[in-house]
Amino acid sequence: MSGAEIVLEVSGVSRTYTDDKGNVVEALRDVSLSVQKGEFVSIIGSSGCGKTTLLRLIGGLDKPEAGALTLGGREILDADPSRGYVVQQGALFPWLTVYDNIAFGLRARGVYKENKALIPRYIGLIGLEGFERAFPHQISGGMAQRVAIARALINSPEVLLLDEPMGALDSFTRADIQDKLLELRRERGATMILVTHDADEAIYLSDRIVIMTPRPGKISEIMEIKIPRPRHRGGAEFLGIRRQILEKLHLASAQPQPEYTI
Amino acid sequence: MNERKNISNTRLALAAVLTAGGFAAAAAVNLLVPQAADVQINSYTVGSVTLDINGAYRLVLLALILLYLIGAAAAFFKTERRAKFAAKAPFRAVLGCALGAWDVLGTKYLLLPQPFFPGPARIIEAFLAEGGYIGKNTLYSLRLFAAGFILGVLLGVGTGILIGWFPKVYYWVYPILKITGVIPAVAWMPFALTLFPTPFSAAAFLIVICAWFPVASLTAQGVSSVPRTQFEVARTLGANTACLVFHVAVPHAMPQIFTGITTANAFAFTTLVMAEMMGQPGGLGYYINASKVWSAYYKVFAAIIVMAAVFSLIMKVMSLIEGRVLRWRKGLVKR
Ligand SMILES: Nc1ncnc2c1ncn2[C@@H]1O[C@H](COP(=O)(O)OP(=O)(O)O)[C@@H](O)[C@H]1O
Ligand SMILES: [Mg+2]
Repeated sequence: MSGAEIVLEVSGVSRTYTDDKGNVVEALRDVSLSVQKGEFVSIIGSSGCGKTTLLRLIGGLDKPEAGALTLGGREILDADPSRGYVVQQGALFPWLTVYDNIAFGLRARGVYKENKALIPRYIGLIGLEGFERAFPHQISGGMAQRVAIARALINSPEVLLLDEPMGALDSFTRADIQDKLLELRRERGATMILVTHDADEAIYLSDRIVIMTPRPGKISEIMEIKIPRPRHRGGAEFLGIRRQILEKLHLASAQPQPEYTI
Repeated sequence: MNERKNISNTRLALAAVLTAGGFAAAAAVNLLVPQAADVQINSYTVGSVTLDINGAYRLVLLALILLYLIGAAAAFFKTERRAKFAAKAPFRAVLGCALGAWDVLGTKYLLLPQPFFPGPARIIEAFLAEGGYIGKNTLYSLRLFAAGFILGVLLGVGTGILIGWFPKVYYWVYPILKITGVIPAVAWMPFALTLFPTPFSAAAFLIVICAWFPVASLTAQGVSSVPRTQFEVARTLGANTACLVFHVAVPHAMPQIFTGITTANAFAFTTLVMAEMMGQPGGLGYYINASKVWSAYYKVFAAIIVMAAVFSLIMKVMSLIEGRVLRWRKGLVKR
């Protein structure tokens, strides 16, 4: 991967929140990360370690208090279609059909007419032919997440941000969507950043895994996964890495917690 | 898709006979029971046909019978309608019998307090005597209703969006909305009549106000309750502010907007009739008032029947539109 073009640069980013009781939470402290074009990066860590905060900053949905984020050398100032964003649930517009949900971005950007031939192609890519006219409540959770992914990808984002998109799905549906993501990545050469708390998922999909620890939220380690694809979840190398990650996560949460509340 | 109990052909036929039987009985009563009390049975010429009011009444009963038989025939071919038709048969049969009883008490023997409770044939007489005039007043009411209601809903949705979207507008306008909401719109009548050039525009204004309130407050509620992630996802898909308002917030608020419209509809009927009774040159409310002055209560009843029919039709149309617009909602979908 050396020499590859860097798309996304997160440098020295910090973000704190004040909760309802007036306690200051350091959601992120001095986080730095570079992502290369076409790379699949997973962010793993226990709940509350700042994964969503980091993804929202990259998405331009929130602003850092310190540090900077750049996409292709330009500072990220606001949300825009160059970074697609897929969240866990409720992400589809319930009043739009599958077709219209996928078309939303094209229409919002005013490029629907010239690009509408893309829509059937994406519906094909996610395997939802015949469901174009269905409303979100008429399809399964797994199908809905595939629609959400297609809806983001049709804008050809430079980076696709996925915040636990499979968190609410059963394991068969998860595996199905994981393969779909890899297929879409191969096909589209898309760069993807996935937040997950499932080590298997991270190892199966990623080129690199970012391990985060909470209070303050920071990156404790970045692991490069060099297992050749297609990967087998039962392979010795796979299981070895899995053990390493779990130990690190366990270690991270077993460490004595310093007091950060003021 | 609950499994409905199937209605056999025999049961459907029985239901049809029961339904038609009630009205046929009413017609038989009208034909066979002698006219005991001293009631003038007038005759009217409509086109080339001359009918007395009893004849017209029986014609109406015949029309009802034919209508329900057509309904039965439709149910014969559409399985899902069978149960509904069969379930309504007893009610309709009793309705027919009640008409017969009313005819005996109200026309044949004149046992009901007069002139307040005329028989069914006399009410039909109102349509024979001045059907055109009733039609004209109905049109006046419809025009007034349409003008006030459509404008009120549009204004309500507009202000609702502003209130729901801009906290500043909420701060300044919402209290005003809440206050006007509790005041019955007709209370403004004296002002409306002086401020507006014509009685029509004054009454339309009152209907606008009464429709505006529920639509605006429910639209505001819907617009301000959009989950944050929906806006965020829309922004990452390239939505600008106008797109967020009209393609995320408004569709999200649609169920509430329709709740507001349904409430506004009921308010508007009330305001319409009251405004018409308080000084309009036409309309069903005006017609009721004018007839009352002459103690022509059979005309009052005729106007009430027209109102029931017209208002139910409007409500039906509204609910059809609502079902179509909100077909994306769970539970509202029939498959
Ligand atoms: N809007 C917010 N207001 C207050 N606290 C927040 C807010 N967003 C996140 N936090 C806090 O910041 C920390 C990191 O949150 P988050 O990024 O959502 O973690 P993760 O996604 O890893 O579970 C948590 O302790 C959370 O309570
Ligand atoms: Mg999270």
